[in-house]
Amino acid sequence: MAKVIGLTGNEAIAYAVKQCDVDVIAAYPITPQTIMVELLSEYVYNGEINAEFVCVESEHSALSACVGASLTGARVFTATASQGLALMHEMLYVASGLRCPIVMGVANRALSAPLNIHGDHSDMMGSRDCGWMQVYAENAQEAYDWIIQSFKIAEDCRVLLPISVNIDGFILSHSMERVEVLEDEDVSRFLPPRKPVITIDPAKPITVGALCLPDYYFEMKRQQVHALNESYNVIREVNRDFESFTGRKYDLLETYEMSDADVAIISLGSTAGTAKAVARDLRSEGKKVGVIKPWVYRPFPEEDLIKAVGDAEALAVLDRACSFGAPFNALCSDVVAALYRYGKSSVKVFNCVYGLGGRDITPTDIRAIFNEALEVAKTGIVKEQLEFIGVRE
Amino acid sequence: MVRLNELPVEELFTSGHRLCAGCGAGTIMRMTLKAARGPTVVVNATGCVEVASTIYPYTSWKVSWVHVAFENAAAVASGIEAAYKALRRKGLWDKHVDVIAIAGDGGTFDIGIQALSGALERGHDFLYICYDNEAYMNTGIQRSGATPHGAATTTSPAGRRIPGKPEFKKDLIGICAAHGIEYAATASPAYWNDYITKVQRGLEVEGPAVIHVFSPCPLGMRFDSSKSMEVARLAVQTRYWPVYEVEKGKYKLNIKVPQPKPLVDFLKIQGRFSHLFQPEFQHEIEALQRWVDENWSRIASLCGETA
Amino acid sequence: MSEIKLGWKSLPIGGVLLEPGSAMKYKTGDWRAFKPIIDQKRCINCLLCWIYCPDSAIIRLEKFVDVNYDYCKGCGVCANECPVKCIIMVEEKR
Repeated sequence: MAKVIGLTGNEAIAYAVKQCDVDVIAAYPITPQTIMVELLSEYVYNGEINAEFVCVESEHSALSACVGASLTGARVFTATASQGLALMHEMLYVASGLRCPIVMGVANRALSAPLNIHGDHSDMMGSRDCGWMQVYAENAQEAYDWIIQSFKIAEDCRVLLPISVNIDGFILSHSMERVEVLEDEDVSRFLPPRKPVITIDPAKPITVGALCLPDYYFEMKRQQVHALNESYNVIREVNRDFESFTGRKYDLLETYEMSDADVAIISLGSTAGTAKAVARDLRSEGKKVGVIKPWVYRPFPEEDLIKAVGDAEALAVLDRACSFGAPFNALCSDVVAALYRYGKSSVKVFNCVYGLGGRDITPTDIRAIFNEALEVAKTGIVKEQLEFIGVRE
Repeated sequence: MVRLNELPVEELFTSGHRLCAGCGAGTIMRMTLKAARGPTVVVNATGCVEVASTIYPYTSWKVSWVHVAFENAAAVASGIEAAYKALRRKGLWDKHVDVIAIAGDGGTFDIGIQALSGALERGHDFLYICYDNEAYMNTGIQRSGATPHGAATTTSPAGRRIPGKPEFKKDLIGICAAHGIEYAATASPAYWNDYITKVQRGLEVEGPAVIHVFSPCPLGMRFDSSKSMEVARLAVQTRYWPVYEVEKGKYKLNIKVPQPKPLVDFLKIQGRFSHLFQPEFQHEIEALQRWVDENWSRIASLCGETA
Repeated sequence: MSEIKLGWKSLPIGGVLLEPGSAMKYKTGDWRAFKPIIDQKRCINCLLCWIYCPDSAIIRLEKFVDVNYDYCKGCGVCANECPVKCIIMVEEKR
């Protein structure tokens, strides 16, 4: 039987990890993820989970220790944010390259300079091409649910890649919400112990992390591309399995009022929730607007996105990070590339950068973006391809 | 006491690696694995040994071996040690595994010192071996925190104004011992018996152990490849490389050098010091000799010896 | 020493090498410019050359040692360390 408790995003992730029978947690505290690590150490110190907590001296060592632990066949978790993720950057590529199914919670936060502790997606967007699967949660419930699913996805022998579950710093990490949690034994039934494929068992010695020169390196990278492609179906399978356990439906992306939408906002994370609320209001005013929220950002769910866009004529893509010097910012670049690849480049797109350093985006802002999209759909003209929402001139 | 004919014949670090002819690190790796009681997992930092021993699709290792990056061998070893601990507690694993982290001086003195310090402070049960060839030899002889005063490297060249590295070598074992670890020691492969015994000891103790071993490098220190062990022996006999250990805070001098050879015997057979023999740089040799004398007295006194 | 290079679909994932000690297939003997010759009649079987050889190229036999020329890089450490000087280095002629 499920029960309902009040949890913040950080607490929801820690609670899920506690139920997933992890063997090793190696992490370094950083705002706004700190409570996640504090809770996990509390569980270990109180004997509530039978895991080793390696309280490392840096994020770089956190992920290094996770890679080592994962190679033994252990189930491994880490968590970070912002500067910590940036410090891990080198190891992110190693974790995916060595095919370690590590699960990482990220409380997304702006990157310095200037120093800022509040939420935006600069940290994870800076690591978007590191070969990890990346999931963005809209609320604490989704964070909880995705953590449990993530171990199963990452450890699947068709995938064997690390995965990050992202929550907006403070907005989700520190807000108490209603979360329906599973019983421990239900999680155990859903998520059996890890069955490692290749380990460093000294009885069957192997060499991991050899030097691959131009004659082999490329093949290893091609394998990673393949594994990420395979993960689409594995994620869907796990989502279906999870639905049968919980009744909660997940997929590569979520759509809201898209069946007959003329325009849509595409957004990751908590902002999609605000967009849905605004869309509901606009629908009651007779405006055909919808929302597309990719749960999974890597691998990018382009096929599902194209289906979701359907006959919509204009899209406003919201990015909570800057790709300095790029034609579009990260999410928008992917959307535009997907439209092009599927022969739908006639769909009008504009890109809104918002919320950097934790600046609020309000329902009024979102309403204005929807209205602008409707105007674009009507006239067929995009006046501003790139906008900065709520910044002072 | 180790007898050579009692050491295992089997090579767990096999032939076919691409270390340079006469490389001291090759000898050190062989000795290390002959001392290992097994089962063993080796974590290797990026460096000479790592690149030369695992050029895909070939590996010289017959034990499980992991390379992750340059600066984090100690952190990776921490994760492996912690994982086996957790798996054992859950009944998913039944053996003790010796975790040996191996890194060069770059991966230890410089870029890896933070990860090493963290792992020592946390008290993981592992052995960390720093094979010290006193510069970044793998990438073409750049200075490190382990390069001695006066030595010429490509980033501390024998210039007209600055004749080789102005700074002196870091005290690695002092730093490690200050963490209050179980066991820390220096060694030289020329004294194989001492080194092998120390590897065995380092694996036996529960908790972290560090061995700092001199690794002669024909290419980077510039001497004839046949002289590797001779250079490693002279390092000890000139008191340049005191061989001692610190067990639970207690210092012990393992190789006494009552009548040291002059330091120049060690310097003159290595090209990296040849510029110091020009008359105008004589004072640099004297400075290095002073450092050697002071370092020896300091360690001898810690060991309760009269220098 | 030529190897068949497999494609990405056939190679083990993650760059893992599954055969321990496969470097034995890579012969380094052709690096050699000088070649150690052991006078086995004078060899006292002290095994110092064996323990010091960086390339595991000294073979332990019952009463004396031999050189594995498949791997010996000709560094000369064995000749330099031999206490009875029964190893000499001669120029390699190929």
